[in-house]
Amino acid sequence: MSVGEVVKVSGPLVVARGLPHPKMYDLVKVGRDRLMGEIIELRGDRASIQVYEETSGIGPGDEVISTGEPLSVELGPGLLTSIYDGVQRPLDVIRDKHGNYIARGVEEPGLSRTALWPFHPAVRRGERVAPGDILGTVPETAVVTHRIMVPTGVEGEVLEILEGEFTVEETIAVIGTESGEVRLSMMQRWPVRRPRLYREKRPPIRPLVTGQRVVDTFFPIVMGGTACVPGPFGSGKTVLQHAIAKWANSEIVIFVGCGERGNEMTEVLLEFPELTDPYSGESLMLRTVLVANTSNMPVAAREASVYTGITLAEYYRDMGYNVTLQADSTSRWAEALREISGRLEEMPGEEGYPAYLGTRLAAFYERAGRVVCLGSDGREGSVTCIGSVSPPGGDLSEPVTQATLRVVKVFWGLEDRLAFARHFPAISWLNSYSLYLEQAEKQWKEEVDGDYPRLREEAMSILQREAELQEIIRLIGIEALSDQERLLMETAKSLREDFLQQNAFDEADAFTSSKKQFRLLKLIMDFHRLAESALEEGKSLQEILELPVWEEIARAKFISEDRLERFEELEDKCERVLASLASERARRV
Amino acid sequence: MAREYLTVREIVGPLILLEGVEGARYNELVEVEFPDGKVGLGNVLEVEEDVVLLQSFEATSGLDVAHTRIRFTGRGLELAVTRDILGRVFDGLGRPIDGGPRVIPEKRLDINGSPINPFARDYPTDFIQTGISAIDGLNPLVRGQKLPIFSGAGLPHNRLAAQIARQSGVLGKAEEFAVIFAAMGITFEEADFFVSEFRSQAALERAVLFINLADDPAIERIATPRMALTAAEFLAFEYDMQVLVLLTDMTYYCEALREISAARKEVPGRRGYPGYLYTDLATIYERAGRIKEARGSITQIPVLSMPDDDKTHPIPDLTGYITEGQIILSRELNRRGIYPPIDVLPSLSRLKEKGIGEGKTREDHSGLSNQLFSAYARGKEARELSVILGEAALTEEDKLFVTFSNEFEDRFIRQGEYENRSITETLSLGWELLRLLPRSELKRVKEDQIRRYMEGGSGDEAVLPAAEAMDAVD
Repeated sequence: MSVGEVVKVSGPLVVARGLPHPKMYDLVKVGRDRLMGEIIELRGDRASIQVYEETSGIGPGDEVISTGEPLSVELGPGLLTSIYDGVQRPLDVIRDKHGNYIARGVEEPGLSRTALWPFHPAVRRGERVAPGDILGTVPETAVVTHRIMVPTGVEGEVLEILEGEFTVEETIAVIGTESGEVRLSMMQRWPVRRPRLYREKRPPIRPLVTGQRVVDTFFPIVMGGTACVPGPFGSGKTVLQHAIAKWANSEIVIFVGCGERGNEMTEVLLEFPELTDPYSGESLMLRTVLVANTSNMPVAAREASVYTGITLAEYYRDMGYNVTLQADSTSRWAEALREISGRLEEMPGEEGYPAYLGTRLAAFYERAGRVVCLGSDGREGSVTCIGSVSPPGGDLSEPVTQATLRVVKVFWGLEDRLAFARHFPAISWLNSYSLYLEQAEKQWKEEVDGDYPRLREEAMSILQREAELQEIIRLIGIEALSDQERLLMETAKSLREDFLQQNAFDEADAFTSSKKQFRLLKLIMDFHRLAESALEEGKSLQEILELPVWEEIARAKFISEDRLERFEELEDKCERVLASLASERARRV
Repeated sequence: MAREYLTVREIVGPLILLEGVEGARYNELVEVEFPDGKVGLGNVLEVEEDVVLLQSFEATSGLDVAHTRIRFTGRGLELAVTRDILGRVFDGLGRPIDGGPRVIPEKRLDINGSPINPFARDYPTDFIQTGISAIDGLNPLVRGQKLPIFSGAGLPHNRLAAQIARQSGVLGKAEEFAVIFAAMGITFEEADFFVSEFRSQAALERAVLFINLADDPAIERIATPRMALTAAEFLAFEYDMQVLVLLTDMTYYCEALREISAARKEVPGRRGYPGYLYTDLATIYERAGRIKEARGSITQIPVLSMPDDDKTHPIPDLTGYITEGQIILSRELNRRGIYPPIDVLPSLSRLKEKGIGEGKTREDHSGLSNQLFSAYARGKEARELSVILGEAALTEEDKLFVTFSNEFEDRFIRQGEYENRSITETLSLGWELLRLLPRSELKRVKEDQIRRYMEGGSGDEAVLPAAEAMDAVD
């Protein structure tokens, strides 16, 4: 421990002098209350420190202690079901010990020191192990097995391996390395700003199945991919996030509430434990870690919160899991950067944001991906990153959104206009995009149906055509459209209402498997094709539009997953009823 | 122990630069003694070695470099609190201005407070009846919510805020209520309206007023909402009261913040407001809420006037990102003489779903409000169309919707300034208006509820007094 003194205080920025050997991003403790901070700039012997807590009462002469280590998180069993602030202090423990408000200088370890975890060894004495190798497992929750890995820098022969119940600090293994014996516990530490190591990064290939039709079919995301959701007020961002957290087929969910509303975070905190994991039937919390740094909590800790979150995600990835990280909202994180940059009197880039905004954002999203983990078994894991942005005034041209769009591969453009019309999920089909279509199509062809990509493309063009036709209708009226075009309008409506819209609260509708999504899309598109040829044969548009089978198509999304054969019956029926319509020419004769 | 300095080097706007200071702390409270003996307050914005940058809450006219004395108090800006602050009137810095006795504090609290642990928060679920149909029926307020009123120059936001403060109550509960009123930069007339309003309703004894008028020092405004919220937290969580905090007008608060920021030559964000405006506003708005196992609560209604009625201006925009919805006032309704001129369509209460329904208000509340929303939206659209194309262009059905939307504005939205409608009256009135529409169009309400509330049953009788009252207003 080395001591220096404060020379300057300006909001969350403190400048200290006399710290021996200060390094960039070292963690320091400031003043009598031991406020946590991080060194973010060095000039001569002066170190600028961003302090994670309110700095009122700090003044020149106060002591500053350097821990000599960067800001790190504790990794080990007990992370799941936890609720942390931006610097991994457990909020539930803090409330129990310190009351309803977050007092300054509170210190609580991220992992409980007293909890006992049953450790089952997976290696034997005498085996050689290297970083990433699995020493043993801990049943962390009813649904997740925690794999205890050999930390970076430790390689050698297992001299001792224990079995039984231990706290995270007790020794569970002794490794004989070249530089002597190393005692390992179940806990390791990792600096949050440094990406965790892996053997090899690979391009993501497997779609992340979210069960949300507009996502999976139209704008798919892959395991290890990145996505961005802008959320204007009231556009149903939260509902979408919950749906993805709940239904996506990733094993671990990390949710970072970054600078958002306190009550919104409370909703997540109260609701997640209540949500049932559809895959295990247990509480969703059992595979979730929450990081909550609301808008009124210190701004520097908000800056750190996304790094804390992604480090936790990488840790589970390294065990071989597929992890989804949701950060809400990265705009608030960027604002924290801006605020601190302003205090450092840096030359601003666009709208006062620092010039390195784009680099930082890109570096953050780059920590997502599919990797071959360290360790000799060659297991794979992935981190999927979904960040929301909150563009001021709904203006997508602002710097944070633009910098984000440059790096992410999927954009789900939520629109409040759709939310007002009760169209959920309110993802606009016109301005959203996904660059993972190729991967999704490959998977569809192999596992669902070769026809899927074509149907998707046709459906998309119908929706786009609808938007053009709507313009015409607005100007001249519906009479200006031909019969074909009016049929197309009806099909587009059916696509919107019967396919894109999905009710997150309806049991049969909340999740749709890829197979069912395909059947549903095929039903609508086949009917359209049949109806088109019926029109060509001279059958009356009015009669086609009045067919009661439209209603059955509308209800098809409620067909349960185990009765998909009903789609075939319905398709047959569509064909029959269209064929039975007499052509107008025939009638005239 | 106060340390006193005569070493002022620079005075720039509200900022004072002082040198040779020992042991100054960030955010420390200072007393500024003017050459003529007047004493104002200020606080430390930045300290570097022995150089201190202060902001003076008092206007700096009359200060000079040679004779100004600065005393460091060794503490932050605090508010003396006690239960007896109820019924008192303070200035923007918490000093009594009602001629009453000195406050004998139970406690002195730092006005900046501490953030509520998100884990300690409880979700707001208790419906607050404001007695105003456009709010209760369509955008209901719940305890612990922060719901701003977005207004514009010349709109009756103050009357509306006063009416909400006067009428608010939670259904079926007899609990202690308190209203905290913080005025920032409003005119004497507006402030006087509130004071006499509270006085005439004998509501002053359950209110605390913090008043910073337009001609009071602008920088003082930065402390005013924090004073009010400190008092609110004390009453809510130490005395279990249900506290409603009215903050008016947040626009002037933000302007004061911008003034300081500009004087410090900080890099400006949008429209010259500082980059930390969001964080700063959050430290105010987020002090609303409920805490698990605590009986009291803090509900906030900030009022802000949108420059040029522009919703995308940074102040309403950032506010909207922090608060849980907004009540928007409409110039058009106001022009047509409809009070309260609440523009229900863009208004929103994000917490309403949890606060209404069976056991809270009534089972039909949610469906009915959706139905009224969509019917009014359709009627308004048809009305706009008829302005362009003439009424003849409308279908029979559309005409019904136009009639509905007119009646809706005239009877549901419009109500007297002293008319306090119960939620049952509001809901019944909604059903009564739906009768104007073809029954087949009522797709968002449940069949059995139509039968029970629209076509006989208990709802009907309740509607009569309200309807008569409306006629009287017309």
